[in-house]
Amino acid sequence: MTRELHLSVALGSAGPRSAAHWTGLVQLAELGALDFVTLDDSLDPADGEGRLDAVAVLAHAAARTSRIGLIPTVTTTHTEPFHTSSALATLDFVSEGRAGWLVDVSTTEEAARAVGRRDPAPDAELWAEAADAAEVAARLWDSWEDDAEIRDAATGRFIDRDKLHYADFDGPHFSVRGPSIVPRPPQGRPPVAVALDAQGRDARWELASQYAEIVLLAADSAATAREARTELLSRAGRDDLRVLISVGVTETRDALPELLADWHADAGTDGFHLVTTSPTEELPAVIHDVVPALRARGLFRATHTGHTLRDHLGLARPDSRYAVRTEAAL
Amino acid sequence: MSASTPAGRKQVHLAAHFPGVNSTTVWRDPGSRSQIDFSSFQHLARTAERGRFDFFFLAEGLRLRERKGRIHDLDVVGRPESLTVLNALAAVTEHLGLAATVNATFNEPYELARRFASLDHLSGGRAAWNIVTSSDAFTGENFRRGGYLDRADRYTRAAEFVEVARALWDSWPSGGTPLTVRHSGPQFDITARATLPHSPQVHPVLIQAGDSDEGREFAARTADIVFTRHGTLEAGRAFHADVKGRLARYGRTPDQLKILPAATVVLGDSEAEAQERAAHIRRQQVSPQTAVATLENVWGRDLTGYDPDGPLPDVEPVPDGELAQGWAHMADRFGIAARWRALAEEKHLSIRELAIELTARQSFIGTPGSVAAAMDEHVQTDAADGFILVPHLTPGGLDEFVDRVVPLLQERGVLRTEYEGRTLRDHLGLGRPAPRPEEAV
Repeated sequence: MTRELHLSVALGSAGPRSAAHWTGLVQLAELGALDFVTLDDSLDPADGEGRLDAVAVLAHAAARTSRIGLIPTVTTTHTEPFHTSSALATLDFVSEGRAGWLVDVSTTEEAARAVGRRDPAPDAELWAEAADAAEVAARLWDSWEDDAEIRDAATGRFIDRDKLHYADFDGPHFSVRGPSIVPRPPQGRPPVAVALDAQGRDARWELASQYAEIVLLAADSAATAREARTELLSRAGRDDLRVLISVGVTETRDALPELLADWHADAGTDGFHLVTTSPTEELPAVIHDVVPALRARGLFRATHTGHTLRDHLGLARPDSRYAVRTEAAL
Repeated sequence: MSASTPAGRKQVHLAAHFPGVNSTTVWRDPGSRSQIDFSSFQHLARTAERGRFDFFFLAEGLRLRERKGRIHDLDVVGRPESLTVLNALAAVTEHLGLAATVNATFNEPYELARRFASLDHLSGGRAAWNIVTSSDAFTGENFRRGGYLDRADRYTRAAEFVEVARALWDSWPSGGTPLTVRHSGPQFDITARATLPHSPQVHPVLIQAGDSDEGREFAARTADIVFTRHGTLEAGRAFHADVKGRLARYGRTPDQLKILPAATVVLGDSEAEAQERAAHIRRQQVSPQTAVATLENVWGRDLTGYDPDGPLPDVEPVPDGELAQGWAHMADRFGIAARWRALAEEKHLSIRELAIELTARQSFIGTPGSVAAAMDEHVQTDAADGFILVPHLTPGGLDEFVDRVVPLLQERGVLRTEYEGRTLRDHLGLGRPAPRPEEAV
């Protein structure tokens, strides 16, 4: 039986072109019924025309789209986990359940000096801190139970405060008390994504196996991809993990549908993350040529069947870790 | 400006404040909708744009308020992160300015300057920043550095923060190359290249709300807008004269700083009906539980055993009883308690009646005609340059104002009928700042 694949596209990072430019690209991706777009970001100095804040660009695009998933990169090294969690929860609200988070770290001397709060640190330490940031975000997103808002006029209470919880995270780099200032987001927790290299087994893998629901995997052959995917799933010990192979569009454009179909069959992958270097030129080809070819093979959906990013990826909406199960008492 | 505008009449600048998490926001009313869904923000923003307002304003929360060691549950709780909401609103509005309150204590200039520049680019020049600072350790528990800032250093940090942010905004001329900003001061030590060239406004509009002498001086030197609580004619004129009088020493002219008091409006078909509605709203704002809580904040002790419809507590306040965290600091509780007792005795008020009495009277109560006339008078007599309207209902709280008062202000020739400029600076009549890119600051 044919397994449908998941398809996403990397738009690079956002030079300060008009808002309409970025919205147009996201709308085009939505037209192709892709699962999601990613938008890179960092606090490094920008080359060329500059780089807009990725959460900002996708929040803007959210108001002009209705189905496509929106996954910005947000780095954890120089940012406040509390703000990051609030911004991503808010992106989930303004998009009505389409936000994700591509976690990254900031390794450069330039970014460290620009923020001026700490020196650069080794990769392993930065990724361990990123995992702590992912833990804090997950706790804060869970810190309001889904039914915490009660608006009970009789007792004058807006919320049931027994359904709000402190995150109480205490780690080597930060501590966060909570609860979140933002109520629980539509998806419960926006899915966390991590980019991994199939070859390396670095500190990113730890974060991925514990927190990621989407892995964007760079692999040089179907065999390495298959091996990496098997290992990831076994490390994670759960099946709510979608492994998408990163494929450059530029070098493979004409052969792309064929290539994706073969990899999909051979690597046992869940789908692909198509990396564009010039989205303005490459995205139309993906949507108008590659997507129809995959549909013709029965490998890709004709339209979005769900509304949220979790719906597209077949990921269940998680319960809050703090919710007390009382059904047993009924 | 249209040809029918009477010469020399000051224009009224209006802004819409999204209802916040104080008891003044009524959630029990059947018309009250979500405080968090995007549709609510979109409704109020589009209403403000329909009314040709200058901007839309969001407050900020960084820690849920607590009383008696537990999360305060009587008022609206929970709100989104401001800048993310405003970037989305930029896509569904065309002219409206978009103002976010963001704390300078729990952010760093490089990152925040970039986030505001992004909003200014994406909105085509409509960004504004209401700068606040806080020094409380309670809020600090959610952040890396904790409550590190001394109360006395709040304006030092704010001033240095703005200086660094402006240097970053200046540092990359459109079509040019970014210069390196070097800054070394008590609060920040950075070497940075901006990630964005000049945004349409170059500097987002800066709003300041502090009322102390230091706050007023900071505003006179740095801000484009002062958000004040001095809403009456007399207090407004005194404040206006004081703050505008400080501008000259910084080489600024009175029209370069707009003074906008917070204002609430209640309308009726007659004066009597408006007064009745105003009283009804104040009663909605003070539930029996809220009335007791209001007294507890001053008494510093648990008063839940007292009947809200009965007399004031017969016990004295506890000197250091801090029951509440996340509210404004309260000095002199004994004095306040004594004054409240005297007021309650004089007017024979119960706990709840007293709390209602203490709740600020709405700024403008009357028919659309009398409200338009009163607002115009405030502006023409220099008690204000306009108003930040704070509705009591989410999200429809300004519908009636825009439908009924805005046309009358337009007839008076003191409110635009169409936007004439593109940017928030245009709406406010503020010039574009002259960027001063330089290698070091």
